[in-house]
Amino acid sequence: MTDIAFVRSEMATAQPAPRRVSGMIAWLHKNLFASISDSVMTIIAVLFLLWIVPQLYGFLIGRAVPPGGTVEQCRVENVGACWAYIASEIEFFTYGFYPMAEYWRPNIVFAMLALIGLPLLWPSAPFKIANALLFFIVFPIASVILLSGGMFGLRYVPTEQWGGLLVTLIISVFGICVSLPLGILLALGRQSKLPIIKTLCVAFIELIRAVPLITVLFMASIMLPLFMPQGTTVDKLLRALVGVTLFSSAYMAEVVRGGMQAIGRGQYEAAQALGLGYWRRMGFVILPQALKHVIPGIVGNFISLFKDTSLVYIVGMKDLLEAVKTKNDAIEWASPTQSVTGYIFAAAVFWIFCFSISRYSRYWERRLNTGHKR
Amino acid sequence: MSDVSPVVVDRDIDTTNMQVSKTEVAIEIIGMNKWFGDFHVLRDINLRVMRGERIVIAGPSGSGKSTLIRCINRLEEHQKGQIIVNGVELTSDLRRVDEVRREVGMVFQHFNLFPHLTILQNLTLAPIWVRGVPKAKAEETAMMYLERVRIPEQAGKYPGQLSGGQQQRVAIARSLCMNPRIMLFDEPTSALDPEMVKEVLEVMISLAEEGMTMICVTHEMGFARQVANRVIFMDQGQIIEQNEPEAFFSNPQHERTKLFLSQILH
Repeated sequence: MTDIAFVRSEMATAQPAPRRVSGMIAWLHKNLFASISDSVMTIIAVLFLLWIVPQLYGFLIGRAVPPGGTVEQCRVENVGACWAYIASEIEFFTYGFYPMAEYWRPNIVFAMLALIGLPLLWPSAPFKIANALLFFIVFPIASVILLSGGMFGLRYVPTEQWGGLLVTLIISVFGICVSLPLGILLALGRQSKLPIIKTLCVAFIELIRAVPLITVLFMASIMLPLFMPQGTTVDKLLRALVGVTLFSSAYMAEVVRGGMQAIGRGQYEAAQALGLGYWRRMGFVILPQALKHVIPGIVGNFISLFKDTSLVYIVGMKDLLEAVKTKNDAIEWASPTQSVTGYIFAAAVFWIFCFSISRYSRYWERRLNTGHKR
Repeated sequence: MSDVSPVVVDRDIDTTNMQVSKTEVAIEIIGMNKWFGDFHVLRDINLRVMRGERIVIAGPSGSGKSTLIRCINRLEEHQKGQIIVNGVELTSDLRRVDEVRREVGMVFQHFNLFPHLTILQNLTLAPIWVRGVPKAKAEETAMMYLERVRIPEQAGKYPGQLSGGQQQRVAIARSLCMNPRIMLFDEPTSALDPEMVKEVLEVMISLAEEGMTMICVTHEMGFARQVANRVIFMDQGQIIEQNEPEAFFSNPQHERTKLFLSQILH
């Protein structure tokens, strides 16, 4: 009855795609007013912004006392943020109780961090190996010598006097650089065929993860000296460094293990069949893929590590947040918005660092995408 | 049963170099048994492969054919009996295992290329780090093998950008870069679109023509007929029957073999 036979007589040529509807009106319609409920939500959101933005502007800028202002200006009624307070205490927020005459020493460390650390993060920067050696070996040693002094004619500055952003950065940079390799080793150990190594790694990971960071820090500072021989003291900052790093590495281990589980057995087998030994299999084949899968998880850990550094106040360190808290009670700047301004400042500093870490990780995710997901 | 599936390539196989050694043993398997837990997956396997042999292993799924060849480079461990590869016996001694793996190439059903490395890096990784070949030399060798599998232009790409057939050819080239004395193929064409099976078989045939010792687990009976010097039929973890291809296909002896052949050859 019907003729189902069909033979194409000429091939259809490729046509250009239909032109997208564009322009202001089309955009508004598509994104803001596509339906009644969309329109209602758009209007509510706009009203909310109209309400909140002027208030924020007034508090942060309009009625605020700019840097250089006086405390009297900060005490008037209905005043905005007291930036003058931040500006006058910025040195304490940056260095803590570090002696003022020696500020150049932390400044050099900050400069080294920027000059040596940042090129390392930039893939196309030259001299990667030399750069890495500088950063992971020379930089830490130079920093310790510079900051604590006591040699080369530098005045000795005990770690009790270090504080502010300096301490926050020391703990977080150290924590980030050490916890990732440590976490990778723990993850490998957890999958080891050797029962002792496996048990030790599992026990460590599960113990640390079952305990709050505050407890780890507390144990590190109170319990650790009890186990040490009489008279030996472990530096407070060192305890905080060790505590934060171990804590983070346990989480890192689980993230890395998650990534390794996403790698098919075929990858292990192909590497084995080529005769690659264990460390080369892991280093060249498994880990590069596993770590790539879990970049968001790793970076999440870095970000929480960065913020968790504020908990080191528990062992008596004055990190950035603790420095702000201390100065928030300072009588000479007592004013209605003093502490709010302090906290906004601290939050802004944390936000800048954490947001940068987050954006940087997105950059690596895009860069490492070799399009093998089909 | 005389109607065997069509030939793979429409040309005569050049048999000049396809000589099976009478004296040199490549692989010797004696009384080998393997269990997966309580499941007796390989039972009393005895097999001697001479240098230059092209063996095709056929059989229903679950018959243990893949497990058998995976025992030869110890991706699987056997529990009883002996496996001796190129004169080296496989034991739990890891150095011996690596020694064997260096000389035995393997091609997998799902290619298992390293997706984070370019094609060239896939080919040079093992030569550089296992054999200690200088990078420039390894790359030169890699390009030579890419020419041989006819995809040198893909060297800079990532595996995800290649078709299945191209990926499998790269996988073969990757094994060849280690200059192996034995090649194992574990269903190399089973995951490919029909259009791409031939390009992979062509490469395997050219390998055979060069005298490579090969063991292929495959369902490509045309390949078995044209290239193999011996066909082994397995079922339930044991070798049921083996013979020269002509006799195997035209005159199978065991009932199980007859049933199998009648189902796959129409």
